[in-house]
Amino acid sequence: MTARIGVVTFPGSLDDQDTRRAIRLAGAEPVALWHKDKDLKQVDAVVLPGGFSYGDYLRAGAISRFSPVMESVIAQAKAGLPVLGICNGFQILTEAHLLPGGMLGNDHLHFVCRDQRLRVENARTAWTGDYSEGQEIRVPLKNMDGRYVADRYTLDELEAEGRVAFRYLVDGDAADGYGNPNGSLNDIAGITNEAGNVVGLMPHPEHAVEPLVGSGRTDGLPFFTSILKKLVTA
Amino acid sequence: MARVVVDVMLKPEILDPQGQAVQRALPRLGFDGVSDVRQGKRFELEVDGPVDEAALARIHDLAESFLANTVIEDFTVKVEEVAEAAK
Repeated sequence: MTARIGVVTFPGSLDDQDTRRAIRLAGAEPVALWHKDKDLKQVDAVVLPGGFSYGDYLRAGAISRFSPVMESVIAQAKAGLPVLGICNGFQILTEAHLLPGGMLGNDHLHFVCRDQRLRVENARTAWTGDYSEGQEIRVPLKNMDGRYVADRYTLDELEAEGRVAFRYLVDGDAADGYGNPNGSLNDIAGITNEAGNVVGLMPHPEHAVEPLVGSGRTDGLPFFTSILKKLVTA
Repeated sequence: MARVVVDVMLKPEILDPQGQAVQRALPRLGFDGVSDVRQGKRFELEVDGPVDEAALARIHDLAESFLANTVIEDFTVKVEEVAEAAK
């Protein structure tokens, strides 16, 4: 028995197929979920993929957050279902208040698309167990609204509890993937909830899972092997 | 019939690069003396029937849960009576 991992398709999702492929490459079974359907098909975990659901109208993720499938995702995430939000999925998780803070437009007002260097700050979440703490990875980043913001109290709480899961590596050449790409506070690239089952990040691990394509790196694959290992040994 | 206007602004402590870009363009247009610009959103809701306390309370809930994300934004709700003559 392998684990079944659902991937939600919203109107405007772009990376749902790549995410299902990454799940399959990791050895789990991807299950397509539809935004209008409350039924999560008894999956063991859910990924909210990247894209521009509802054209980012109102705020990125603001409309998707009220879709029927999210009713189930929110209820089950609170009960411990592992949920990963990538890019637009991260934005949906903050809009749904499953993760604290919010996402705003990049501080330089431009779309950004590049290979980004990150440091794994928390390897204890459901989605990061196959990384080691402090490990440096490089995965694609592509977004318009990637600036993570939160009030000072929330930031202090995230830092104190080790809930910053990924941080942009800033000391180095921008052409080599270093730097804060969007003005995120504390160089935050991704965070986790208190329980460690809900994780969101802006960069795209699902685009870095095969040596043959993209940057040729597989730095994103451990997301999907981590959750598989966690579910199968649970 | 009445119009209810919901104004949504980023919280004052949050950086507004769009507003800054607008502000920086002003001197080029020969418009001096504006030290800061912040950009927000305005929603105009045409409401059927009277805008009583209950209706306003519902719109307030809508603004709080959907039109604004109160983690990063503040909002105000105000009623604009639509003049009969304008109909």
